Amino acid sequence: MAASAPARVRPRMLSGTLGLVAKIALLAIVDALAVFAILLLAGQGSWIVVAVVALVTVVVNVVYLLPGRFLPAKYLTPGLVLLGVFQVFVVLFSCYIAFTNYGFGHNSSKDDAISQLVEQNTSRVEDSPAYRVTVVEGAGGLGLLATSPDGDVSVGGPEQPLQELDEGQYDDEGGVAVAADGWTTLTTNEIVQRQSEIADLQVPFSDDLDEGFLVTADARNGYVFVSNLSYDEEADTLTNTDTGVVYVDGGDGAFVSPDGEELRPGWQVVVGLENFAYPFTSQSFGEALLSVTLWTFAFAALSVGLSFVLGLALAVTLNDPRLRGRNVYRVLAILPYAFPSFLSALVWLGLLNTEFGFVNQVLLGGASVPWLSDPIIAKISVLVVNVWLGFPYMFLVCTGALQSIPEEVTEAATVDGARGWAIFRLIKLPLLLVSIAPLLISSFAFNFNNFNIIYMLTRGGPRMGGVEQNVGHTDLLITLVYKVAFGGEGADYGLASALAIIIFVIVAVISAISFRQTRALEDLN
Amino acid sequence: MSTTPPIPVGATAQPPAAPSDAERIARLRQPRMRPGRWIAEIGWRHVVGLAVVVFATFPLIYVLSASLNPGGTLTGSNALFREISIANYVDLLSDPRRPYARWFLNTMVVGVVTSVGTVFLGALAAYAFSRMRFTGRRIGLLSLLLVQMFPQLLAVVAIYLLMQGVGEVFPLLGLDSLAGLILVYLGGALGVNTYLMYGFFNTVPASIDEAAKIDGAGHARIFFTIILRLVAPILAVIGLLSFVGTTSEFVISSALLTSPENLTLAIGLFRYVSEETSTNYPVFAAGAVLAAIPVVALFLYLQRYIVAGLTAGSVK
Repeated sequence: MAASAPARVRPRMLSGTLGLVAKIALLAIVDALAVFAILLLAGQGSWIVVAVVALVTVVVNVVYLLPGRFLPAKYLTPGLVLLGVFQVFVVLFSCYIAFTNYGFGHNSSKDDAISQLVEQNTSRVEDSPAYRVTVVEGAGGLGLLATSPDGDVSVGGPEQPLQELDEGQYDDEGGVAVAADGWTTLTTNEIVQRQSEIADLQVPFSDDLDEGFLVTADARNGYVFVSNLSYDEEADTLTNTDTGVVYVDGGDGAFVSPDGEELRPGWQVVVGLENFAYPFTSQSFGEALLSVTLWTFAFAALSVGLSFVLGLALAVTLNDPRLRGRNVYRVLAILPYAFPSFLSALVWLGLLNTEFGFVNQVLLGGASVPWLSDPIIAKISVLVVNVWLGFPYMFLVCTGALQSIPEEVTEAATVDGARGWAIFRLIKLPLLLVSIAPLLISSFAFNFNNFNIIYMLTRGGPRMGGVEQNVGHTDLLITLVYKVAFGGEGADYGLASALAIIIFVIVAVISAISFRQTRALEDLN
Repeated sequence: MSTTPPIPVGATAQPPAAPSDAERIARLRQPRMRPGRWIAEIGWRHVVGLAVVVFATFPLIYVLSASLNPGGTLTGSNALFREISIANYVDLLSDPRRPYARWFLNTMVVGVVTSVGTVFLGALAAYAFSRMRFTGRRIGLLSLLLVQMFPQLLAVVAIYLLMQGVGEVFPLLGLDSLAGLILVYLGGALGVNTYLMYGFFNTVPASIDEAAKIDGAGHARIFFTIILRLVAPILAVIGLLSFVGTTSEFVISSALLTSPENLTLAIGLFRYVSEETSTNYPVFAAGAVLAAIPVVALFLYLQRYIVAGLTAGSVK
């Protein structure tokens, strides 16, 4: 490297300019995205989000553009913004969801629910005139270009009511409009491909949904459909025009008839402590939740305990310099730790298969032990697999800890008359635990939420009988949260978030204990 | 976010060292033992070692054998290494309904981008905490310690709903998008790694920065050209652990990703094998072996450093 003075200065100038250009370019991209998002969000009327996005954008610009000030912030801002959104905000958001009935059938606003209800309950008006229609596509999706029996032409989509077109705005073919400005007419081929989409298309006649919809079944003839539910804005009620039943807002995010029948979908409302009270109001769910909680603790404690005992025993066994080939043992024993953990559970899934698995067929000579489908045996199986996954880690850290205990300690104990087992139990083990205890606690916290192993092996099953929700005998709290939210049987985000908050509290207690243990607080200055 | 055990803070253990010269000499000087004594003192250790090795490696041998067995079902896989063919591997890569290569690529993209981003964001923050004094520093560090205790996966419901909302504004970052998933993972970056890195940054003497400052280097120059290079080995280890954690992550990615060509290996292989375990197992085994070989090789190659990284969380 030539180190002459001019050569040293020039690259620095260059990198300074380059850095500035890169900074401005990045900021410009961020600002452009932010402005775009703000415009869109303002269009949706989400003013709180607009305010937050605008504030964050201003802060980011100030931090990076004001020279010399906010130096630490320059380094912290990128991470903090992401942390704020995807870790802090989502936790607070979970807390909010836990107090709502958000979930399947309750996932939008009241206005959306009303228009969905009206649209879902339409039927053809008998003897209504047939319109000739052409299926067209516009910016907002599919729409209908309709020629009324009187020859009037109008066009519209599900979100934009039919609008009459003047002559010249459409092409006419034998008295039927076949193309309109701003819309593309679908070819026969496209019509065949998107048949079901077309059949679901309902184009309202006007903003007042009570006036009915134009619906087509064959993409050629359209008929007038009206909903048998009519919304009365002043009374805030939905009336079924066929039966005369009046549905009123029951306060729980749904319209209810006098005899208690609920209309689906409903909308999202704050329900207070209902989700937290649910385990107490539904006794079967409460009992299931209690047993899941106990099993979660047992699973985490036994996993850590058994892996630690096995790992420590192996570490002690192999920690003898006279033992030949101990490096070979060591490398082979930590293989389960090196193997990607998401695959391990699936590997065991095959080994433990009841009918064809290796354990039953070969090791047990054709037995059919229900390794993963019997409540008790499944618990043992997931523990064995988790110990298989966890003991190499314990082996590694115990070996390290054992080797860091000075040899003099053992010698001194021998001089004092202690023998093998006593030296280990009274001297080495306490010394070892000092350094391993924090690891045991964090390992416990990890296994407390060890979703992968449970979900991949048993999906929490076998299912408990007598409980409405899909709760299984090997479910941990975290797999239960996932199943209640995404399990496919009536997703209930509110209840799932309430369960997640229970885990938050438990994790917080564990953390408090581990804080005291590690005394990490004292190291901070 | 991470699905490997959290990196412990506060351990003081050392990585296992190779036998020192003194130990070797002691071993050579030892007189030959009588067989009875050998069994009592050394022999049983071999027995225990062998038993553990069988327990540890057996499932891995089984999956390797199953991947090479052309039997086509789980039953066939029970005959270890009776026949060897690459039929399952060919099958694995040729079915378009199960785009394994695409899953592999997705996993690599998500893993690499996330771990590089995680290390970079964490290093930026650790540099600020380690080298600068500002109001809110102590509170900031404490909050990070606290945040680190709450894994992101607990808020999976809120994350799902948030991404649904984001998708309405930026469809490229919403549900079923790898970019959105990476963004979510990066949100967990500071919480998981900053405190650990902070410890390592503190081991670099501040006098080095001061010398550079006197020579006219700015803060960015010191960070990128001096500090980052000095802590590079540990950044590599943290990056690797973050990579392993990200590629194994299941909860958030399976909530966010839906379409077959966007899946990662963990979700894709899980859905494939759990839908029909006995018939799909051999092909899954082939996929598992292909996915595991690079990770295991890298792990064994870097074993010593990883163990040091695992156990040396609070080395000052």
